[in-house]
Amino acid sequence: MAQIVLVFLWAGITAYILFGGADFGAGLWDLLAGGPEDGARERALIEHSIGPVWEANHVWLIFALVVVWTAFPTAFAAIMATLSIPLTAVAFGVILRGSAFAFRKSVTEPALQKLFGASFALSSVVTPFFLGTAAGAIASGRVPTTIGEGDVLRSWLTPSGVLGGTLAVGICSYLAAVYLCADARRSGEDDLAEGFRRRALLMGVLVGVVALGGIVVLQQDAPRLFGRLTGPALPLIFASGALGLASLVLLTVRRYLAVRATAALAVVGVLWGWAVGQYPMLLGTHLSIDEGAAPASTLRPLVVCLVAGTALLVPSLLLLYGMFQSDPGEDVLV
Amino acid sequence: MLAAAGSNLLAARFQMALSLGWHIVVACLGVGFPIVILVAEGLGLRRGDTVHRELARRWSQAAAVLFAVGAVSGTILSFEMGILWPRLMGGYGAVFGLPFALEGFAFFIEAIFIGIYLYGWNRLSPGRHLLTGVPVVIAGVLSAFFVVCANAWMNDPQGFRLVGGKVLDPDPIAAMFNPATPVQSVHMIIAAIMVTGYVVAAVHALGLLRGRRGGGQRAAFLIPFTLAAVFTPAQIVVGDAAARYVADHQPVKLAAMEAQVSTEIGPAEHVGGVVVDGRLRYAIIIPHGLSLLLTGRTDTRVSGLDAVPVDQRPPVNVVHLAFDLMVGIGTGLLVLGAWLGLSWGRRRDLPHSRWFLRAAVLAGPAAVAAMEAGWVTTEVGRQPWIVYRVMRTADAVNTAPGLAIGLFVLIGVYTVLTVSTVYVLRRQGPAASA
Repeated sequence: MAQIVLVFLWAGITAYILFGGADFGAGLWDLLAGGPEDGARERALIEHSIGPVWEANHVWLIFALVVVWTAFPTAFAAIMATLSIPLTAVAFGVILRGSAFAFRKSVTEPALQKLFGASFALSSVVTPFFLGTAAGAIASGRVPTTIGEGDVLRSWLTPSGVLGGTLAVGICSYLAAVYLCADARRSGEDDLAEGFRRRALLMGVLVGVVALGGIVVLQQDAPRLFGRLTGPALPLIFASGALGLASLVLLTVRRYLAVRATAALAVVGVLWGWAVGQYPMLLGTHLSIDEGAAPASTLRPLVVCLVAGTALLVPSLLLLYGMFQSDPGEDVLV
Repeated sequence: MLAAAGSNLLAARFQMALSLGWHIVVACLGVGFPIVILVAEGLGLRRGDTVHRELARRWSQAAAVLFAVGAVSGTILSFEMGILWPRLMGGYGAVFGLPFALEGFAFFIEAIFIGIYLYGWNRLSPGRHLLTGVPVVIAGVLSAFFVVCANAWMNDPQGFRLVGGKVLDPDPIAAMFNPATPVQSVHMIIAAIMVTGYVVAAVHALGLLRGRRGGGQRAAFLIPFTLAAVFTPAQIVVGDAAARYVADHQPVKLAAMEAQVSTEIGPAEHVGGVVVDGRLRYAIIIPHGLSLLLTGRTDTRVSGLDAVPVDQRPPVNVVHLAFDLMVGIGTGLLVLGAWLGLSWGRRRDLPHSRWFLRAAVLAGPAAVAAMEAGWVTTEVGRQPWIVYRVMRTADAVNTAPGLAIGLFVLIGVYTVLTVSTVYVLRRQGPAASA
């Protein structure tokens, strides 16, 4: 039963990275789009692409939190108590990002648009970074089970933490650049598509390099995870690498829709590789899935709720994406 | 260690109170605003006029900002549940987590259809567009219901056994549908509709006072105000049921609400006043009032604060005054609605007196204050327990160092957030009442 919940949970986290993560990445490109005039068209494209969907994509994060605290309460409490600093930063980043994005759309003064735009863009980088450091802390087994025993600084301020943060920012901006290529072409802005294609190529190479270098970091800093990644998880890691290379080729030949799939799958490979690497432990080598899971009397209704909820959710999401991916439509809100 | 836990407790309680007290306002608007907007859009569709449709469009512009702010200010609460209260979540997450998971799905549906609704004005036919708003309303009301289920459980914890400090046999369904759930959830959902109605009406009452009559300004006032006014008497009935529930299940909270210091047969109703050195002063006393309100008889036995040891009593003055503020404002809103009802019955128009509009402007912030006061009543009234008679708030808090820093950052962030939200909404104001 706990395994079923874990599959839903990890699928939710994957969806958060693939969709919500890309919305964060778009914020990075917004930050680097240049001055108000030079960057205006790129910013408009970014706003048009993420405007209708970011709130829905953001809910995956809440979904993950509530599923963890219901199904794995011990692990949830341990993670939140120990990683209070990076996770508080994530919470503030989420607030700044979302509200600044909504505010920017609603004001007309250039100075205010700049201010809100900068808050949106900066928090779009900070948030995934801290989320990544928290992931690094969990992956390297630095979250003890007992509340109050964790080191609130040295748990995440580690090579694994920094690796996690860097990788998270890299993956988000890579996905965003890849997705924006097709969006730009659909709205007939081929020059913007070229710009995002170059960025996607650059980020693809960078993320690949960081991920490869990360293996060395993990060997030193997180030996158990390293052993598992180069053991049972190796096929997934190879698949991820191969898909990453395929994405570079597809970007080179401007197959923008196909590269969405391969780039996303490459990221999926890394995420599920981590999951396999961690299995069957929730935390380090000290809390297994079975030890950390809620009793079956909790998991049973939760699984029913997850299945029923997914049946409602998937068609709704398809409706949303279908509506805003099919036609350029009116890019004005209201 | 103990000192650290003590200062952490204060910091954590302030942080939770500030972020929840802030979020609850936008959350209420998130539940109520879609209803108000859909009523306007529906009226426009039925009558085939553009005034109502334009009104719905402009309102949805403000709603877009509020939804975004509501979504993100709600997210921090999920983090705080764990960062501030890890022992609550670690110990009881398996018992009362399920309604949050359900709320997650409701929130998904809400966010998806809000995206479709807000960006769909020019993409969908008017009828279809109206339909895409319906899931937003349903999911919004359900979200409120699920979240209140979890809070009700903290007031009336059910669905588990406690054996030697270990939580056994969690039954999330029994936890969710605890005896506090029906009254508390209905009370909260109606409060959300009232807050939205009076706040939106207040903005347009101000417009009417300043002489803006065109562009459906009157309809813009009447739709939300009528909605809120219709629910006000219902809220008073539900509130009465809630008080009786509290009397039966949380007698100490009732004692604090009524400033009932000692256990009595046939106690009086105390309006206002403060408890100093264990004695109530400056209150208006209605003989046997409380006894009559609870049972209709003059000989009801009502527990006072003295029914439990000192260390199990909530801060009585905060709870008593918050409760009286809520009841007082609720009564005032009832009178205001009756005023409009009388005038409408006689000549199908707003009261001519400018004092009506002035009072309607005041009703917006007053409704928010009443809702916040009600929330303070139930939350502070539960203290010192985070889970009533099961877990003390002090035992739930995170003992990690540095928790207070989060509070200071939060105060800064929320100040900026408040100023920005109000500024952006005011900027839309002229457009909304042009």
